[in-house]
Amino acid sequence: MATATSTTGIRRILRPLLIPSLALLSALLAGAVVMVLSGDDPMAAYSGLFQGAFGDGKGWARTIRKTIPFVLTGLSVALAFKVSLFNIGASGQFVMGSVFAVAVGINFEGLPVFIHLPLALIAGIVGGMLWGAIPGILKVYTGAHEVIVTIMLNYVASLFGGWTVYAGGTQGQTPGPLWDRTAGAISETPDVLHSAQIPWLFGPPYRVHAGVFLALAAAILVWWLIYKTPLGFEMRTVGHNMRAARYAGIRVNYTIILTMALAGGLAGLAGGIETLGLNHKFAPEFGGAVGFDGITVALLGQTHPIGVLLAAFMFGALDGGAATMQFQSGVPADIIQIIQALVLAFVAAPLIIRMIFRLRQQTADDAGSAVSTSWGGT
Amino acid sequence: MSKNAPVSVFHRLRKRYGNTMILALLLVVMAILVNLTPLKEQTWLRVLFGISALNFTLRMTVPLVLGALSGILCERSGIINIGIEGMMLAGAFAGFVAKTSTNHWPLAASLIFSVAAAMAVGGLMGAVHALFSIRFRMDQIISGTVIIILALGATSYLYNRDAIAEGKFSSIPIPGLSQIPVIGPILFDNPPITYLALIMVVVVHVGLFYTRWGLRTRAVGEHPRAADTVGINVNLYRYVNTSLGGMLAGLAGAFLVLEAVGQFQEGMTAGRGFISLAAMIFGNWNPFGALAAATLFGYTQALQNELLLAGVTQVPRQFISMLPYVVTIVAVSGLVGRVRPPAAEGKVYETEGSA
Repeated sequence: MATATSTTGIRRILRPLLIPSLALLSALLAGAVVMVLSGDDPMAAYSGLFQGAFGDGKGWARTIRKTIPFVLTGLSVALAFKVSLFNIGASGQFVMGSVFAVAVGINFEGLPVFIHLPLALIAGIVGGMLWGAIPGILKVYTGAHEVIVTIMLNYVASLFGGWTVYAGGTQGQTPGPLWDRTAGAISETPDVLHSAQIPWLFGPPYRVHAGVFLALAAAILVWWLIYKTPLGFEMRTVGHNMRAARYAGIRVNYTIILTMALAGGLAGLAGGIETLGLNHKFAPEFGGAVGFDGITVALLGQTHPIGVLLAAFMFGALDGGAATMQFQSGVPADIIQIIQALVLAFVAAPLIIRMIFRLRQQTADDAGSAVSTSWGGT
Repeated sequence: MSKNAPVSVFHRLRKRYGNTMILALLLVVMAILVNLTPLKEQTWLRVLFGISALNFTLRMTVPLVLGALSGILCERSGIINIGIEGMMLAGAFAGFVAKTSTNHWPLAASLIFSVAAAMAVGGLMGAVHALFSIRFRMDQIISGTVIIILALGATSYLYNRDAIAEGKFSSIPIPGLSQIPVIGPILFDNPPITYLALIMVVVVHVGLFYTRWGLRTRAVGEHPRAADTVGINVNLYRYVNTSLGGMLAGLAGAFLVLEAVGQFQEGMTAGRGFISLAAMIFGNWNPFGALAAATLFGYTQALQNELLLAGVTQVPRQFISMLPYVVTIVAVSGLVGRVRPPAAEGKVYETEGSA
């Protein structure tokens, strides 16, 4: 009896891991096939990838450093999924978070660290929240589908971010408000003041900053919010059945806007942390891609905060090892993008995995919540 | 009947396509007015309605309208396709690869072959999307996202930066018609894919509303169970339509590489697939409505160019470049209860007893 319950206990923990791990495995295998077809050596590539990600202290540092933004953008997308909202806008929210954080970070000289740094981080969150709230508000009041709005806002955010640091043109265009006047023709902000930088846990050459704790805290907070608070219950109810939620007296509109704002806040925090902890300035080339990968991370993590942590770590390792892989084996680092897309494909369609590995159909729904059925109503 | 004809035409246009069509028509009328009268001496009016602005509008409209038609084909049969962006990009890349590997062929043959390659790859991506959403019951919006990420990754992995495509489509003025003032140089002096896109609008319209295939497609998208009951193979129609839609998106990609730019650039679709989706919604899932909406979106993109060319520096260029995206958001937000997507869209269809 005792053994039986303990095995079911283990099963309960292992079962949600089954599909994601098989999806990851299949994606790596399919990636190997792509490499063979284009004349590259997958063994060399994967051993380079592994060494780059976990080979030495620097490798581990790289992996952890890259994991941090994935955790937050993954949480951002996962949180929205819980309410059946699809946040493709994490990259725009990331950029807005970066811009807001850097605007506080390069100003207010003389503030102590314990005021300046939190202030800059909060600015990042606020920037992301504003950008996330817009699609929520538009969805509720006009019925505009959040997928289109968030994607359009990504482009707007990227242009806005570009403008804030714009170095000015040759025809006398005015430079952006955050542009570093000493940078000449380079479009970037000045360095973030020391009082607003996230302290290093391991300084250069390792460059791991204390933002890792913020990411962990965010994951725990999101877990607590979704599963342990009345608000989280309302969110999940709206996500499962909006009409039922409405009849039950849940403020559906409020929940949708709040969720989008919180999701935006998480992605904005990712931008703030990257800016204040790692880049120490903002330039148009920072940001963007991490937001889009948040979708894959969220789905690979089965939209559960702990799953998101694990998935983000996998993605951190893939990204952390990519450069070494390219250096050692000559396989272009872009193959990582293909592998990540394949992960998304396999994890989003558990049926493919079940077919490949001949697994039995589970009775409970295991694919997470459906995102959306149509462009139509709210 | 005939006495009321003008009113009823206006009324019917408005009823069927909403204010989009009216705005697009207004644009055309303004263009004719400005270009035929001394008004064209006014710099501002020339920037807004000059021949160059309208030529640019058409160039920007072509990929958008093709993308929107792609969306219409898929969604009328009940498959949401947000992967248009990815299909377009894959098509553009395929067209580019085909062009670079046939540079030594005669130009016309090489270009036509490249267009075929682009459409084939686009169609393949469409088939994959259909497979994901029908056979593997993947959420269609996520499946579309997979298509986009896959296309982004694959094209940058396979892109050979040294490859150069030699030559692109050039304009073919249509004899006679291209001599018409204002309209001639804008509409009848274009490269082939532009004509093809405009023809496709008519073809899709006639196909959807006047053929058996179109009726069945719409039935499958509105009420699959009813369609199934009368013996229509629901999923077959969805596979075929999504693949056809993919081919149109691939054609849009071919336009970008083989007609507009002449080369491939990573991520060169720059959100056009998504703007097409907005055009599809804005045009109420109708080919002509989509054309009007795409024209308006294309116009904002052209305006962005014209303003930059005219040396407008009071407004930062980044804000001018935001125009198409902001207009898209405003457009999809201003449609409360006025558009209606196909009823069965996004839902997996299972025959009774198969689940």
